[in-house]
Amino acid sequence: MNPRFRRRTALKGLAAAAAGPAGLAACANEPPAPPTNLTQADIDEAMSTPTDLTFWTWVPDIQNEVALFEAAYPAIKVEVVNAGQGDAHYQKLRTALRAGNGGPDVAQMEFQMIPTFSITDSLVDLGPYLDAGMGEKFVDWTWSQVTGTGGEIWAIPQDTGPLGMLYRADLFEQHGIDVPGTWDEFAEAAAAIHEADPDLYLTNLPPNQGAFFSGLLWQAGADPFAGTADEVLQVDLQSDTAKRVASYWGDLAQRDLVSTDPDFTDQWYQSFNQDRYATWLTAAWGPVFLSGAAESTSGKWRAAPLPQWDSDADPVSGNWGGSTSAVMATTQNPIVAAKFAEWLNTDSESANMMATEQFLYPPTLEILDDPDFTGQELDFYGGQQVNEVFAQITDTVTEDFQWSPFQSQVYAYYNETVGTSFTEKGDAVAALAEWESRIETYADYQGFTVK
Amino acid sequence: MATTTSETQAPGARPGTARGRESKRYAAAGYAFIAPFMIVFTAMILVPLAYAAYTSLFREQIIGGSVFVGFENYSRAFTDPQLLEGIGRVALFFLIQVPIMLAVALFIALALDSGLMRLSKFVRIGVFMPYAVPSVVAALMWGFLYGPDFGPFAQLAEMIGAAAPDFLASNVMLGSLANIVFWEFTGYNMVILYAALRSVPTELYEAAAVDGAGPWRTAWSIKIPSLRPALMLCMVFSIIGSFQLFNEPKLLQALAPNVIDNAYTPNLYAYNLAFVGQEYNYAAAVSFILGLVIFVGSYLFMYLSTRRSRS
Repeated sequence: MNPRFRRRTALKGLAAAAAGPAGLAACANEPPAPPTNLTQADIDEAMSTPTDLTFWTWVPDIQNEVALFEAAYPAIKVEVVNAGQGDAHYQKLRTALRAGNGGPDVAQMEFQMIPTFSITDSLVDLGPYLDAGMGEKFVDWTWSQVTGTGGEIWAIPQDTGPLGMLYRADLFEQHGIDVPGTWDEFAEAAAAIHEADPDLYLTNLPPNQGAFFSGLLWQAGADPFAGTADEVLQVDLQSDTAKRVASYWGDLAQRDLVSTDPDFTDQWYQSFNQDRYATWLTAAWGPVFLSGAAESTSGKWRAAPLPQWDSDADPVSGNWGGSTSAVMATTQNPIVAAKFAEWLNTDSESANMMATEQFLYPPTLEILDDPDFTGQELDFYGGQQVNEVFAQITDTVTEDFQWSPFQSQVYAYYNETVGTSFTEKGDAVAALAEWESRIETYADYQGFTVK
Repeated sequence: MATTTSETQAPGARPGTARGRESKRYAAAGYAFIAPFMIVFTAMILVPLAYAAYTSLFREQIIGGSVFVGFENYSRAFTDPQLLEGIGRVALFFLIQVPIMLAVALFIALALDSGLMRLSKFVRIGVFMPYAVPSVVAALMWGFLYGPDFGPFAQLAEMIGAAAPDFLASNVMLGSLANIVFWEFTGYNMVILYAALRSVPTELYEAAAVDGAGPWRTAWSIKIPSLRPALMLCMVFSIIGSFQLFNEPKLLQALAPNVIDNAYTPNLYAYNLAFVGQEYNYAAAVSFILGLVIFVGSYLFMYLSTRRSRS
């Protein structure tokens, strides 16, 4: 057999022969060429031409924002499809993209997944379609998260997850613990609180949550995939910063000063309700989520910034989660899809609705500066203005943090290495090296040049 | 199929030259009858299988696209410690779980058939009931029961002051999974065995009674031997089921992500290779090897058991 035998060509023939209609549809679905100079007239024409869009998202009730868009552009009909959340969504998305049809025009996409889909040419560069100065509407780091290594704009930010700390004011008071401002103080508090009450942990370290651990690396200043572009994969999990984070948490886990329950499980929900965890280190989407998940503890929680590594420097934070709207390369209507993604996340009414009704933490400066938003007092947090706390944290998130082009696999390896070292009270720094080595092996196998 | 049709029709058919034409027409009718099945079978089973086999001969990379690599994926699979470990794990599962499950199913079927059991209809339905619970629901339910601090077993243990067993720990996990599968499938196997028992001709029992056999002797010398085909069926189903273990570990993975890794069972591995790792070609090869293992296992079992019965 000829080793250079091209599979795609052969496949098209086979598909056309075996499954006529499906094969033909796949061939017809070549994405339109990107525009060279798009005029406002072109956009107006596209937006007034009857068009059907499909939008895959897991955001509850986003139909309401979509209805606002449809009212503003009556020619456009948007069908909202919930194809699952997180991995389930991406798996279906990838299947549809490979099939070449049946996929959405616009899809929900977490920041961390953008490189995974841009590397396979599955996203439309929105740069040519957007209004000038669009990036200035967003918090800097959120815009740099959606900007590709070649300056492409791969998506429009929708919500973010700057990391902070939610804590039980009542348990802190009961055990005479001050809100820790540094990680050293946090470790001391962890020891004190667990010693005082063996059933209580200062926090839970989820061993299955690579995204949270990435947020911690981000805060510490590690940027493991910095320099990754196209076929070059750079991975550095052996930096002093990364080792410092791993050994800090590995040590707490080894000494049984933090619990290591997988998060979003029954055990984990119960633990909040049964006073087993005194804090939740979480993102800006956490406060409202927790108020639903641990109703019985209402009024006892407060929000604070994440503890710091360096108490003398300006405070810094990382990000966990948050997502965007991305336009799929399979779309037949890139102009309309791009404008929809833009409108959904930047139109005042729509963005406000997302922030106040779906409780998506906003990436736009307009809402973050709006006293109506930041001044909201939440009963679950004893009337504290939690949005304001996180608005200040948002400003401290550093801009440099890059994701790998195969983030799901990176997280799978995290569970097998670093995560497992936490649950088994092993050597987290050694596990960090193992994590890196598995990533490198995989990257090499996938054809990347590993550096 | 077609020949059988023409043969059964032959006695009624007219002799002589007309017969050839007639049987051809019958043959055509036969093909027409099986056509709907064959079309669906081809489109839904044969073509996807052929496509998967074809896919498994390539290697598609995120960078560099797809190239033909012959049997490289297979040679990689045969030396892949994750796959081999997974196969070893399900083999162990099979060796321990299946004999227990079938023995219990057999015992219940014999007890029901003996006619000596009270509430036998209730027991029959009760034992079968778990099979009617979708395995996804079953795994979720057991996941709750196994909960390390707040699950009912843990609570119970705490109440009596004992240490709660950690059902989700790495050294117990396979047993916890075996327990779920036992709960789900004992009733199913019991029904197959019970149905087979009901079809044993009663003359045999009468003959045995005349020869002075008691109920135990009848069970051992008449019932169990007549259950051979049904037991073999259950066994083959169990071989397939064990090696394809997927739902239960997939669902418990959320509760114990650091115990059940992405290669815990071969099926889970193939799934994660395709959908997490984007290694579709290798996943296809792994699936074929798993299919091969199941085929060889089933065949070996059939071969050994028929050889033993002849000797």
